Amino acid sequence: MSPLLPKVPLGNYVENAVNWIDATFGFILDGISAILSFLLDLFLDILLFLPHWLFIVLFIVAAYFLTGRNWHIAAIGGIGFFVLDNLQLWSLGMQTIALVISSAVIALIIGIPVGILSSKNDGFKSAIKPLLDLMQTMPPFVYLIPAVIFFGLGNVPGLIATIVFAMPPGIRLTDLGIRQVPTELVEVADAFGSTPMQKLFKVQLPVALQTIMTGINQVIMLSLSMVVIAAMIGARGLGYQVLIGIQRVDIGLGFEAGLGIVIIAIILDRLTQGLTPE
Amino acid sequence: MTDEEEVLIEVNNLSKIFGENPNQAVSLLNEGYTKNEIHEKTGQTVGLYDINFKVKKGEIFVLMGLSGSGKSTLLRCINRLIPPTYGEVYIEGEDIAKMDMEQLRKIRREKLSMVFQNFALLPHRTVLDNVAYGLEVYGVEKEERYKASREAIETVGLKGYEESRITQLSGGMQQRVGLARALATDPHFLLMDEAFSALDPLIRSEMQDELLALQEQVHKTIIFVTHDLDEALKIGDRIALMKDGQIVQVGTAEEILTNPANQYVSQFIAGVDKSKVLTAESVMMTPEPVVSINSGPSVALQLMREHGISSIFVVNKHKGLEGVVTVEDAAEARRNKKNLEDVIIREYPTTTKDTQLKDIIPMIAESSYPVAVVDDNNKLHGVLVRGGILGAIAMEEEEQ
Repeated sequence: MSPLLPKVPLGNYVENAVNWIDATFGFILDGISAILSFLLDLFLDILLFLPHWLFIVLFIVAAYFLTGRNWHIAAIGGIGFFVLDNLQLWSLGMQTIALVISSAVIALIIGIPVGILSSKNDGFKSAIKPLLDLMQTMPPFVYLIPAVIFFGLGNVPGLIATIVFAMPPGIRLTDLGIRQVPTELVEVADAFGSTPMQKLFKVQLPVALQTIMTGINQVIMLSLSMVVIAAMIGARGLGYQVLIGIQRVDIGLGFEAGLGIVIIAIILDRLTQGLTPE
Repeated sequence: MTDEEEVLIEVNNLSKIFGENPNQAVSLLNEGYTKNEIHEKTGQTVGLYDINFKVKKGEIFVLMGLSGSGKSTLLRCINRLIPPTYGEVYIEGEDIAKMDMEQLRKIRREKLSMVFQNFALLPHRTVLDNVAYGLEVYGVEKEERYKASREAIETVGLKGYEESRITQLSGGMQQRVGLARALATDPHFLLMDEAFSALDPLIRSEMQDELLALQEQVHKTIIFVTHDLDEALKIGDRIALMKDGQIVQVGTAEEILTNPANQYVSQFIAGVDKSKVLTAESVMMTPEPVVSINSGPSVALQLMREHGISSIFVVNKHKGLEGVVTVEDAAEARRNKKNLEDVIIREYPTTTKDTQLKDIIPMIAESSYPVAVVDDNNKLHGVLVRGGILGAIAMEEEEQ
C-alpha cells in the first residue's frame, strides 16, 4: 500500500545530517575521541595497578567508612570482587567499571546543571522534555550507529552512546528534587536575604539531595546496561565477553560473564544507595 | 498614633491581584464587585485590596482573619516574599516595594526576619547551624555567628541542644529553633506567620506566654498572623481583623470587643470569653454617690435611699477612699448619735483599672459590697457591681 502522501525521506535527512557533521567537524570529533580515550585508559590503569587482594581490602575499608559504617555494603563488595577474581574476570570487570563510572560521571556533569536549570525555568523544562522522552524511549541500539560514524569502533563511541542513554534520569530527578523542596524552606532562604547561589547550595540542593542521589543511582545503572550493549561496537569488558558467548553459543562463558555484570551492578547499586544521607 | 516618629512600618493603599490584568480587577473592585464575582468574570484573584495600617515601635501587631482572608499574603508583602501589585510598604521610611534585589537582600538580612507556621527548619543542619543561617548568608565569620546563635538558643530556652538534629526535636522545640533563628540576626522586626498554629493547645499557650516574656527583654516590633481569636486577644497590642483581603477593623482587643465596627466583627467575637479580655476600667461605673467622711449618718442614709443602694463608699476631702458604710450601720449610728467614722468598714475589696474581669468575678462573688476601683494613691475611680459585670459579659449576645 502506498502512503497517503509521498513518503517524507526522514531517514535520508538524518543520514545526510550525520554525514555532514562528520565531514565538517571531524577534526573536533577526533580530538574529543583522543581525550576520552586517554582518560579512560588512565582510569583503567589506576584500577588495574593494585594487586587484587589489596584492591579488595581497600574497597572494604573505604565502603565501610564512606557509607557511615555500613558493614553490609562492605561485605557485599568484598565477596563480589572476590568472586570476580575467582572467575578470572577481574581485568574485564575493571574495564566495564571504568567505562560505567566514566560515562556516569560525564552524564552527571552535564545532567545535574541541566536539571538545575530546568527546575528554575519552566520554558526550558518544556523545551527539553520531548528531547528527554526521545532519549529514554529510543531503543539503545539506535545510538550506536551515529556513535560509530562519528567516533569509529572501540571504547569511545560506546562511552558516548552510554552518556546519551544514561543522562535523562539525572536531569529529571535533579529537576524533580529541587521542585519538591517545600515552599516554606525556599521562603526561609529568601526571607533571610540569601543570594540565588546561596539559596541553591545551602537550601535547595541539600534538601533535594536524596532525590538527586536516586537520579545518580539510576544513571549508573543505565550506564551499566548500555555498556554491555555497546560491546556490539567494540566497547571492551564483560559485555564483549557476553557477545562472544552468544556468537559461539558458549553457555558457560556467557553465564560467567553475565554473573560478573550482575555482581558489578549489585556493588554499584548498594554503594550509591549507601552514600545517600538519611 | 500621635507620635509620628514611633511609626516603623507604614502600609499605604496596598493591593495584591493574582492574575494577568490587575488594572481590570481593580477597576471592577472600585465599581463595587466582590472578590468572588471578579474571580468568575476575569479569572483573577484579589489577594489584598486597599490595605492601610501603621505599626508602632515595640508593639505586637496582630493580623487576624479566617483562612483565605489574605493575612499571610499581607505578611509576605511586608518583606516582599510576595511583591505587592499596588501601593507602598514603608519599613523605617524606605519603600520595600521599590527596592532592587541588592537593597531587598540587605533589608531582609538586617531588619526583617520571619518565623514560619511549619517551622521550616533545614533538615540537613543541626540546631546551631539552622539558627546561624541568617548570619551565614550575611557573611559573618563562623566564630562570631556561632556566638550570636548560641545566645539566641539560650534566649529561647534550648541551651544544650545546639548539636541536636532537627528531627530529634518536638514541635514546640522546633518552633523555638525557628524563633532563635529569627532572633539571631538581631532584626528590628519579627514577622510571625501562624507561628504557634501547628502546636498542640497546651504548648501553644506556653509559647504565647514565652513570647510575651521574651518581648519584655528584646523589645522587637512584631507582626503576628493568626486565625485564632483567643491568641490574637492574648498577645496583640493591636489587632487588625481581616476579611476577603481587606482590613475590617484595627484596634486594641478591648476596642474591638466593646465597639465592633460591623456585623462581621460582632459575629467573629461572639464566642470569646470576654472575662479574659475586658478590664475593670471598661465595666466600672462612676463612683456616684459617695459620701464625705465629715458628713453625718443622715446624709449617707439619704443618699442611699435616693439611689436605692444598700452601701456607700466614704471618701476624704482629697477623694481618697476611706471605707464603706452599710445602710444598717448608718441607721444605727444615727440612732446612737455616732459619727460615720465610728461605723465605717475598712476591710473591703479593691482592685485596679487594668485588672481582668476573670480575676474580679471571684472577688465580687465573695464580697457583700461593690468592689472599689482605685489607683496607687487609693483614689476612687469607679465601682464594680454584679449587675454591671454580668451586663458587660452578656451585652454582645443580646445585640445579636
